Amino acid sequence: MTEHDRDTGSATWPHALYDQLRAAGVTQFAYVPDAGHKVLIGRSLADPDAHSIPLTTEEEGVALAAGADLGAARAVLLMQSSGVGNCINMLSLIAGGRFPFLTLVSMRGDFGEGNPWQFPMGQAVEKVLAAMGVICLCAERPEEVTATVAAALTMVFGAGQAVAVLLTQRLIGAKPF
Amino acid sequence: MARLNHLQLSALPPPVLTRAEAVPALIARPADWLMVAGLAGTAQELSALTADAPNVFGLGGAMGAAPMMGLGLALARPDRAVLVATGDGELLMNLGALAAIAVQNPPNLRLICVDNGHYGETGNQDSHTGLGVALDQIARGAGFPAVLRIDRAEQIAEGRRLLAEPGLCFIWLRVTEAPPPRIRRSLVAHVLRDRFRAALAGPA
Repeated sequence: MTEHDRDTGSATWPHALYDQLRAAGVTQFAYVPDAGHKVLIGRSLADPDAHSIPLTTEEEGVALAAGADLGAARAVLLMQSSGVGNCINMLSLIAGGRFPFLTLVSMRGDFGEGNPWQFPMGQAVEKVLAAMGVICLCAERPEEVTATVAAALTMVFGAGQAVAVLLTQRLIGAKPF
Repeated sequence: MARLNHLQLSALPPPVLTRAEAVPALIARPADWLMVAGLAGTAQELSALTADAPNVFGLGGAMGAAPMMGLGLALARPDRAVLVATGDGELLMNLGALAAIAVQNPPNLRLICVDNGHYGETGNQDSHTGLGVALDQIARGAGFPAVLRIDRAEQIAEGRRLLAEPGLCFIWLRVTEAPPPRIRRSLVAHVLRDRFRAALAGPA
């Protein structure tokens, strides 16, 4: 694999994913950039009816999502697995407030990773999210993305849960270094 | 003995305003706002100011959340004016939020930092602002289009004017160490969320 493999710009599923989120009423797209979210970020920037919100650190997006919910709007946080670690205490707000919370996590430090720096956080993602009350769903293949995100949308905005959809390196490609 | 660098860059006058007087004077019509308050002092004083009304979501933890909660709320409800009040300690924890907010530039959002220069809940240690860090310069550099520092009572009217006109702004309200008003308030966040949303939605 090449580094370019993580650039999801040529795949079709990220475009369907953006349309699916918008159709579900998501209007606030918050992110710290990652190549795995390139299409979603670009689409949100080009969408006059959505807010595209670059963050300086991922925990800002957790707080933003809670604020959006206070105003009856729907947000999604797009981040890389390394950013999950930056969110942990802020997830107290989601748990205590019972705020619906949706995040899409592009994974590093798992299948085929070539950078050893990515493993500690990448391998801890599911454990720390579970410890803070966030349910993890995994998408491993392009044909799984729509059904997995549909399930997450129901759990979050229908049932008020906090859910992370992990976009694995099988799906988005690995950086070999 | 460890020594901290007492910064000289801002050459600020010592604070003279008390928060118990200055905050109510600045927020003249609290019922007009959707408000997010940072943990500790500002949550106490906005709850006291509104007699624990549902248009205040006050934090009791998740330090650093208030400014970005205000952004999410302001983007969600462009038809309503949103006010974030937070302490210096909480703002300092997430200074990057100022940059994230400024690049959105929502015209219906205002930020007030009630700065007593100390971590009042934890033993009154000096905060970085107490050592001279200049929040007005940081907010300006982050891109806030309107920034006001309030040191004296006669400047509060200018703050009220800034709050009343459309446009993102940052007000740095420098106060003494005198404590905020106390009121019994719920620390159960989901209760605050539910009543905030119910009040905003109006009668079913």
